[in-house]
Amino acid sequence: MSLGLAFVAVLIVAVAAGWVGYRRARRLRAAGPLHSLPTYHGAHVALWAAIPALLLMAAWAPMQSRIVDQTVLSSPEGQALPQSDMQRGAILSEAREIARGQRDQGFNPESATIAPRIREAETRYSTLAALAAVLAAIAAAAIAVRKSVPEFRARTGVERWMMTLLFVASLIAVLTTLGILLSLMFESLRFFRMYPATSFFFGLEWSPQTAIRADQAGSSGAFGAVPLLWGTFFIGAIIAMIVAVPLGLMSAIYLTQYAPPRVRAWLKPILEILAGVPTVVYGYFAALTVAPAVRDFGLAIGISSASSESALAAGVVMGIMIIPFVSSMSDDSIAAVPQAMRDGSLAMGATTSETIRKVLLPAALPGVMGGILLAVSRAIGETMIVVMAAGLAANLTLNPFESVTTVTTQIVGLLTGEQEFDSPKTLAAFALGLALFLITLLLNLIALHIVRRYREQYE
Amino acid sequence: MNSRGASRWTDGSMHKRVRRRYAAERRFRLAGLAAIVLSVLFLAFLLFNMTSKGIGGFSQYQARLPLDLAASDLFLDPASLRGPDARQVVASADLGGVISTAATDAYGPAAANLFGDAAAGRLGDEIVNNPELLERRVELWLPVGSKIDVAAKGEGDEASERLVADLQQRDALKRGFNMQFLTGADATDASSVGIWGALKGSFYTIIVTILLAFPIGVLAAIYLEEFAPRNRWTDAIEVSINNLAAVPSIIFGLLGLAVFLGMMNLPRSAPLVGGMTLALMTFPVIVIAGRNAIKSVPPSIRDAALGVGASKMQVTFHHVLPLALPGILTGTIIGVARALGETAPLLMIGMRAFVAAPPGGITDPATVLPVQIFLWSDEVDRGFVEKTSAAIIILLLFMLLMNGLAIYLRNRFERRW
Repeated sequence: MSLGLAFVAVLIVAVAAGWVGYRRARRLRAAGPLHSLPTYHGAHVALWAAIPALLLMAAWAPMQSRIVDQTVLSSPEGQALPQSDMQRGAILSEAREIARGQRDQGFNPESATIAPRIREAETRYSTLAALAAVLAAIAAAAIAVRKSVPEFRARTGVERWMMTLLFVASLIAVLTTLGILLSLMFESLRFFRMYPATSFFFGLEWSPQTAIRADQAGSSGAFGAVPLLWGTFFIGAIIAMIVAVPLGLMSAIYLTQYAPPRVRAWLKPILEILAGVPTVVYGYFAALTVAPAVRDFGLAIGISSASSESALAAGVVMGIMIIPFVSSMSDDSIAAVPQAMRDGSLAMGATTSETIRKVLLPAALPGVMGGILLAVSRAIGETMIVVMAAGLAANLTLNPFESVTTVTTQIVGLLTGEQEFDSPKTLAAFALGLALFLITLLLNLIALHIVRRYREQYE
Repeated sequence: MNSRGASRWTDGSMHKRVRRRYAAERRFRLAGLAAIVLSVLFLAFLLFNMTSKGIGGFSQYQARLPLDLAASDLFLDPASLRGPDARQVVASADLGGVISTAATDAYGPAAANLFGDAAAGRLGDEIVNNPELLERRVELWLPVGSKIDVAAKGEGDEASERLVADLQQRDALKRGFNMQFLTGADATDASSVGIWGALKGSFYTIIVTILLAFPIGVLAAIYLEEFAPRNRWTDAIEVSINNLAAVPSIIFGLLGLAVFLGMMNLPRSAPLVGGMTLALMTFPVIVIAGRNAIKSVPPSIRDAALGVGASKMQVTFHHVLPLALPGILTGTIIGVARALGETAPLLMIGMRAFVAAPPGGITDPATVLPVQIFLWSDEVDRGFVEKTSAAIIILLLFMLLMNGLAIYLRNRFERRW
């Protein structure tokens, strides 16, 4: 019996036990008043049947593969395996795949002899665990059913379980954040043990692909992140914002101050479609249509180094993607300016545009700035557009027609090849991820701080 | 400071000043209009560009091929085709060679590579369904190879275009709907690729995402809005949810790689892992939408339910949650639509593998539609350009459908109290 089957069996036991508890409570109610409704008695029994058994299985599942490995290695066939850990690991993982029917034969002849052992051990332990889980469910259900007496507070018990469930659900957010931080930091630390952190954060040269030769200095390539950070900043914070800020801000001004309600009702959702288009579509558009046009334009105005993977193409398309974001953030902060300020300005004889430029915008400026910072943080973390349209060559350049590379492009480039998990190349991707996470976190915190402080002023 | 008298409205300089101010007003207004029109034009151009490039991907040229299988050097025993493993028997035969020979016989040596893998596959299906084909002369319409297909649509090289012109003269070329594109999976030859495999992968992935993210998101939103005490724990939970909603998606991919693949040893490239990764990305969105929806349920409803003796938990699940559900669903659909279009985190966990067979479950290797688009965009063969754009059209249609559904739900069910 496999664990999946045991899961279903436990659920069936729980439902059946719940039904028994419900019927019993109905009978009790016929005799006299109950504290809780019969459904709560039923639910109480079902929860007691299901939750301990499921927890037992959840605790067992990660341990099983380790115990199976131990058993197999201590069997006579396992003793005969080569002693080096790497070889043994390779044979074991092959044999595991054979045992599960995912492949027919392995490269190592030993894996064929090991496979039946693995299948045996897996069947034995999972059957044991499944039986234990089902027995636990039945035992817990029996105890819970016996507790159902007229004055038993079943509803309180059920609600306590629900409360735990709610709390656990909200805890997942914290666990995810911790998981991100810890996994990034753990892998980054391993990287910094192979490659000094100062050279990573201040190095001017990035060429991870030279890490092939073993006799090189430090036996690894150059992992100086400065050109990547510059490229990220150049595309995401400069070029994209040059496109997105004027267009987004002016769109927001037009939509909130000038457009008749009917036009606004149409244009706003249309603008929001721009935000809903998947980034891979933007990337394809940038690579196929915009990049060649930009290169031809660059060549036409006499820039001979114009690349078909220019920073300009990726930045412009990213800017287009960000327009609705900037627009809705500006919209919110302009709308938050008190109506009295606008009325006052108009009453003094200022035209609408004078009111907007001299009163509304200065008042909304902190909010708009916060919105722009959030937009920058989003542009910096954006991946597909730069992977498809920006290059892989790390250049420290100010020329938008040349190719630059970004942090996200390099993460994808480093992790999508075939390589082992421990090489400095793979670990460097996690260090870049950590840098990206910290930068975006910082931008978000600053932006939220600005927006919040500004909001307090008017409330 | 010089003191001025009353404004003289009839003065020439005053007229000029007022005119200038109104001109500035008009310019500013026009600039606003121009900004929004430009943004909309970008969108229109993007959509038009994708549609015009991709519409060809849904059709395919077919050429007429006279075949005499009995006379060819194809050794297929009709008896063996009646068994259950007929497909394997056919697949092991050299159908490509037979087709190539027949094409050369019919249209000259230039036509040796007229047909591609897709034609061999089609011929194999025909033979399995209708074994009498082996005994007589037939004329079949078979899909042409990618190179000729591109040439027939007007963008091929000279030799191919000459062949196309020749075929058209003989009336041996027609355009038909490309069924293979909707029913097939990834392939090496542009003429026989399809998106069904990727769609199925997307489907499994999104199902996993919804099953994980929706309950967790809704429960967390209920906890934070209705039950959480004001303390440090709650603050930590709130801060991390707001942060997670702004973390770049590729970071979730790194998390999935390190934890789900590295520590938990779950299968690579599987919709299970993809769905789990996307669920972590999506549930903060659902929590935020859910909290807003729960917040907008008026307190009087809670007070009334409490007043007639409901417990706090009953108030929440019997009264507040049903009323907040339309708002939560709207937020969920928007979050799921974003997950459906997400590419980067799935690249990190290996869903970029070449998968030629549609996945049969959540642990099979699979790819999803956006990743398929990314993979095809890297191909050099010109035939892939229209296939990529056609896949983008399908993806955009799904997006439009989901966002439309969200807007409909919002307008239909959301109540203003």
